[in-house]
Amino acid sequence: MSETVSTRPRAGRPGQQSEAAGSVRTSTRSPLGWWRNPWRRPHILATATWVYLAWSLLPVLIAIGISFNAGRSNSVWQGFSFQWWWGHPKFEPTGALFVSPELRAALIQSLRLSFLTMFIAVPLGVAFAIGISRWRGPAPAGANFLMLFSFVIPEIIIGISMFLFFTYLLKFIHLGTSAQLLSLVTYQVSYPVIIVRARMLSIGKEYEEAATDLGASPTQAIRRVLLPMLYPAILVSFALVFADTIDDFITVRYLSAGASTEPLSVKIYDFSRGALTPAINAAATFLLFATLAMALIGVFLYRRITAGQRGQTTEMTDYLA
Amino acid sequence: MVLLFLLPFYVVLSVAFGTVDPVFQSPLPVFQPWWWTSRYLAEEWHFVAGEFRPVELRTIVYVLLATAICLVISYAVAYYVARFGGKRKALFLTLLIAPFFISYLMRMLSWVELLQPSGYVNNVLTFLHITPHPVNWLAGVPFTVVIGLVYGYIPYMILPLYGFLDRIDKSQLEAGRDLGASPFSTFVRVTLPLSKPAILASLVIVTLPMFGDYYTNNLLSGSPKTTMYGNLLDNSMESTGQGPQAAILVLFLVLFLMIPMLYYMRETAKAQRQQRQQ
Repeated sequence: MSETVSTRPRAGRPGQQSEAAGSVRTSTRSPLGWWRNPWRRPHILATATWVYLAWSLLPVLIAIGISFNAGRSNSVWQGFSFQWWWGHPKFEPTGALFVSPELRAALIQSLRLSFLTMFIAVPLGVAFAIGISRWRGPAPAGANFLMLFSFVIPEIIIGISMFLFFTYLLKFIHLGTSAQLLSLVTYQVSYPVIIVRARMLSIGKEYEEAATDLGASPTQAIRRVLLPMLYPAILVSFALVFADTIDDFITVRYLSAGASTEPLSVKIYDFSRGALTPAINAAATFLLFATLAMALIGVFLYRRITAGQRGQTTEMTDYLA
Repeated sequence: MVLLFLLPFYVVLSVAFGTVDPVFQSPLPVFQPWWWTSRYLAEEWHFVAGEFRPVELRTIVYVLLATAICLVISYAVAYYVARFGGKRKALFLTLLIAPFFISYLMRMLSWVELLQPSGYVNNVLTFLHITPHPVNWLAGVPFTVVIGLVYGYIPYMILPLYGFLDRIDKSQLEAGRDLGASPFSTFVRVTLPLSKPAILASLVIVTLPMFGDYYTNNLLSGSPKTTMYGNLLDNSMESTGQGPQAAILVLFLVLFLMIPMLYYMRETAKAQRQQRQQ
């Protein structure tokens, strides 16, 4: 027995090799239609890709459609109306997104949290990114690890630890908007740091060094040379932080003080498990539109900022060429 | 900011090693490490090793299955777009990025509605006579949960893979083909080894968060038959007096997730060293 076991790998290897060689030979020689043709178009992969895209996006389009449903059903189309957005005098007006006091309060809380988080987390993150690149020693590596770790650990861990943190240690910060805001900023700050750092690595240090050689102070070099080059990364961070904050429901749910500080995302989560009306579809669609609007504003600002520079950069490249 | 990051974990430790108020059953954290007791930790370990074991095993099976399906689909899609996208690449990319701007909740919500007994999926299935009557997909069907996980996390895997596959030098693939390899063996022997770092990174991005996922499960099933580790955490948060349990469960999860994380860090460090030598 032991002999056969020990010889098996040795006996197996040449056999496998000849098999592999054989399959290569047949695939290049035999005229067995398009399947054997090594230069055929990748139809299977193409189909898989299109099927995947349909699978990933069609359900969402259907859900958006249902927010304009005329009936109570959340699964079957019953005609077009705005009654789940603005309400309708004939039907129950209380359930609609902009009419129901509960949903309207949640909507305002959502917008408040995401705008505040965005305007606190992004400048902080940019400062961190610049700071980390200036730092020497083991500290940046540790900070890097923390950012990465916060990026990949399940958010429920952050939610629970923040909840325990605010209930047991920082008791003076009450659960509610301030606790939500603090933990959101802590969590979201890693987006701008990661994005801006990646951009700084691709820019390199040459421009800043050139600026200081030409007589700029370090702060001037950052403000007038580095920051303008970082604008695209900063805009992307704004859009991403906004999108992620307005959708967040895990951390925020644990840290909300009762129903009054629950944002729309938490409401959607709670309602999805029970009373699901098209108004919830309307709420989710609203979050989606808000995110898209933010992304479009980002694109627009980026165009505005680079509009003046584009001529200069082409001149520069012409000159270099 | 680092403090805001590390202190909560310290509080988790204090609650985990602390005691419980005898009257109200609410946790009394002990902030001095020298007074920490491991009494509740030991008690909880009893649960984790005993009663919760089916849940843990189920979590691991679900997550590994979902990750494997994710990897196969997203590699195919990323590979196609990166190599054969051609003129349509911008369109493909927009469609691939789109799920990032659609909230996770919205994407799950749409499936909840589609999978209802009266939803479109059941309509189509009964119309085609695949099933005689509507299937209640949302009543604890493991298949629904796993596919839900795949659906939720796959965008985070496709983009990193695409970003890497797009940067692979075409001349290396052409060299493989010129040396007589079939498309398939070129893929296995050139593309796949080259994309190993990207696969590792995307696995970390997708798999680790799945271990703490409770919402996909709650929305798509909500039945104790498909409870995952994340649900244990969420349940222990929602019931009062379970502060130490939540803290201890968090502690175990963090320790468990450190293993793949450290492995990933070691691998990337090794790869960087190799690159520098070259």
